[in-house]
Amino acid sequence: MRHALRLAVVLVLAAPLYAQQVTFDRILHGDREPQNWLSYSGTLMNQRFSPLTQITAANVKNLQQQWVWQAKSLEKFEATPLVVDGVMYTVQAPNDAVALDAVTGRVFWTYAYTPAPEGRPCCGRVNRGLAILGDTLYMGTIDAHLIAIDAKSGKPLWNTVVAKASDRYSITSSPTIVKDKVIIGTGGGDGPIRGYISAFDAKTGKEVWRFNTIPGPGEPGHDTWSGDSWKTGGAGVWNSGAYDPETNLVFFGTGNPAPDWDGRERLGDNLYSDSVLALDADTGKLKWHYQFTPHDELDYDSTQVPVLADIQWQGKPRKVMLWANRNGVMYVLDRTTGEFLKGKPYVKTNWLDGFDAKGRPNRVKFPTKEGTAIYPHVHGATNWAPPSFSPRTGLFYVATWENSGTFAREGQFPGAIPGPNTRQTTMGATNVVPFYNNPDTEAIGVVRAYDPATLDYKWEFRLGDITWGGTLVTAGDVVFSGGRDGYFLALDAKTGALLWKANVGGQINAAAMSYSVNGKQYVAISAGSALFAYALP
Amino acid sequence: MKFTRRLVASLLAAGLALFAPRTAAAQHETAADLLDGERAFKNTCANCHGPDGDVIAGIDLGRGRFRRPMTDDDLLRIIRTGIPNTPMPASQMTVEQAQKIVAYLRNRAATARGSVAAGDPLRGKGVFDKGTCASCHRVGATGSRVGPDLTDVGTRRSARELELALVDPSADVAPANRTYRVVLKDGTTVTGRLLGHDTFSVQLLDSKEQLRSFDKADLREQGFVATPMPSYRTSMTPQELADVVSYLSSLRGQ
Repeated sequence: MRHALRLAVVLVLAAPLYAQQVTFDRILHGDREPQNWLSYSGTLMNQRFSPLTQITAANVKNLQQQWVWQAKSLEKFEATPLVVDGVMYTVQAPNDAVALDAVTGRVFWTYAYTPAPEGRPCCGRVNRGLAILGDTLYMGTIDAHLIAIDAKSGKPLWNTVVAKASDRYSITSSPTIVKDKVIIGTGGGDGPIRGYISAFDAKTGKEVWRFNTIPGPGEPGHDTWSGDSWKTGGAGVWNSGAYDPETNLVFFGTGNPAPDWDGRERLGDNLYSDSVLALDADTGKLKWHYQFTPHDELDYDSTQVPVLADIQWQGKPRKVMLWANRNGVMYVLDRTTGEFLKGKPYVKTNWLDGFDAKGRPNRVKFPTKEGTAIYPHVHGATNWAPPSFSPRTGLFYVATWENSGTFAREGQFPGAIPGPNTRQTTMGATNVVPFYNNPDTEAIGVVRAYDPATLDYKWEFRLGDITWGGTLVTAGDVVFSGGRDGYFLALDAKTGALLWKANVGGQINAAAMSYSVNGKQYVAISAGSALFAYALP
Repeated sequence: MKFTRRLVASLLAAGLALFAPRTAAAQHETAADLLDGERAFKNTCANCHGPDGDVIAGIDLGRGRFRRPMTDDDLLRIIRTGIPNTPMPASQMTVEQAQKIVAYLRNRAATARGSVAAGDPLRGKGVFDKGTCASCHRVGATGSRVGPDLTDVGTRRSARELELALVDPSADVAPANRTYRVVLKDGTTVTGRLLGHDTFSVQLLDSKEQLRSFDKADLREQGFVATPMPSYRTSMTPQELADVVSYLSSLRGQ
């Protein structure tokens, strides 16, 4: 009996070492194997919720660093690692895939990819992580390739050109796996591209379908662009998607229209920029869309990851999509139909004064020659960093910015510090609307917990600096976050109280994830040029 | 007992040294070291020597050709202290960094030699598929990853080298392909390809193709073992050997 028990224990411990391939069923039900982290945000609902319970609000104060892995890279470290049965996979920016032992942080293998010199993304030679299906990892590259890599050996299996880097396309996001396909969007929308989302056969790398985020002649929505502006209208896609198996819809957010800050050359709503797209996962056909910011002139990318949640909505269960947008507004959409259920500013926001019945915002602030103070500023109320949702607390955890800026057309800088364009930021040669931070409002980062029913926040934790970090929430009711000032924080998911902090000595530009090996729960965060893992003693 | 084990270990190590054509510096090489060495070479040495190491007359670093024979120690010294009165400067590199460059160059040179008798690649494929090659080697998406991947071996190895690998497989094992064995304190033995090791831990791709990491404190024994690849000198006819070599030479990736 005792012997049998010991044998059973040994078998359970040994099981992860000989686990099966990562099937799509495993990815879809990632919550059934909380020891692993099989996609960018944990599951395809993008809740970034870890069901692990060893680390709790009561004991998180005892967390200790287990290991550090130093990337041989000075680029921003934005990747969320994957963990499959004790092996961790991440990306050393720009495009080296690395396999590590998740217990010790020691390296198994490195696949070094050298992107073509034309691969020059506007805003950093970064990568947000890998995807896995079967025994194969998938990585998008800054020169807009998609590469399949053998997870055991680190050997490349195929390398497909998704778009031309010389045409200013790039890929920085983690691919999204749906069934036997690898789906990825093209970034570069701060330049004159025409964005698209493509699905590739996971085995061969052959393109199966493509959806252009800007409709061509004859397609619905094409008339929302004046002249030939649709050809170079941006609407890049540079973050991961979500998937709902019940409707077989895959959801992606799209980026700003180009040029970013002057819409006079592209009159109209500019569909499908700054939108969420619901596409049939098998065919890429558009089922519904919702545009958050029609005719955007403020660079309000909607490339946040869609967060899917099943919540009580006005007394009834409803399948919704939660969206904390860069434009300062938080949304609840019905994810089956795309119906606009609610929208409300979640930081100080003044560019709109409400919505019509269908959820179209009424814009009231425009850049002028004299300069217009607009909230939020170009950096947005949040950016790409992924938020989290806890089915336990029912709260939506978002790392936000409070900030404002003055937007002025044609190089006017009223109120700016004297001197030649001292406060101007340029991004893309075609942009002529400059902006600057308002000197009287210091931008800050705030981690907040929102109630989806009211879109009011229950608690907030104010950071001393802005944040490009996302949030992770665990079933131990702990929220992990951090910001540019280089502290990795554990907050009480119910109250926002600070429970623990670690000085990671470098900017946090990524969200945390959690996994376990041999019954020990870890929390990992990329910060500075390194990856840190923490656990209880 | 303990003494005997140590003696056996020493003899094993000595035996390996006999097989290995390189000196002590090469003993630590892993695939990661070679990658580090390649990057350091490209960032530093290639500025004058060129990406293939053959820009300077009389020197072809990529093929192990120097103006006079060089030991690993000679190369280490030159990388670190330079050559006086020549454009070859001293560097700030540590011994370990320089060793990785030497390892990279030696490994590269080892892959760039000679050629052999003709065979029939189709017949060779038949011999390959019928045998047990795929239980260790991978071609495309088929076979094990524990032994060297042969998908593009024709671009990396000459026919002469392929033949040598078949008849005398332990003669020249590339550093990244060496077989390592650990014995846990409970007696469990795990063998596989050595991916990395440090003061406290060892990383392997084990014979079941699992990525494994071991704490050295949990190990009773550890070390390189002879390659599990058998010699086909007598078990294949000369024609079969030539056919298999011809097939392997035809493997040029996808």
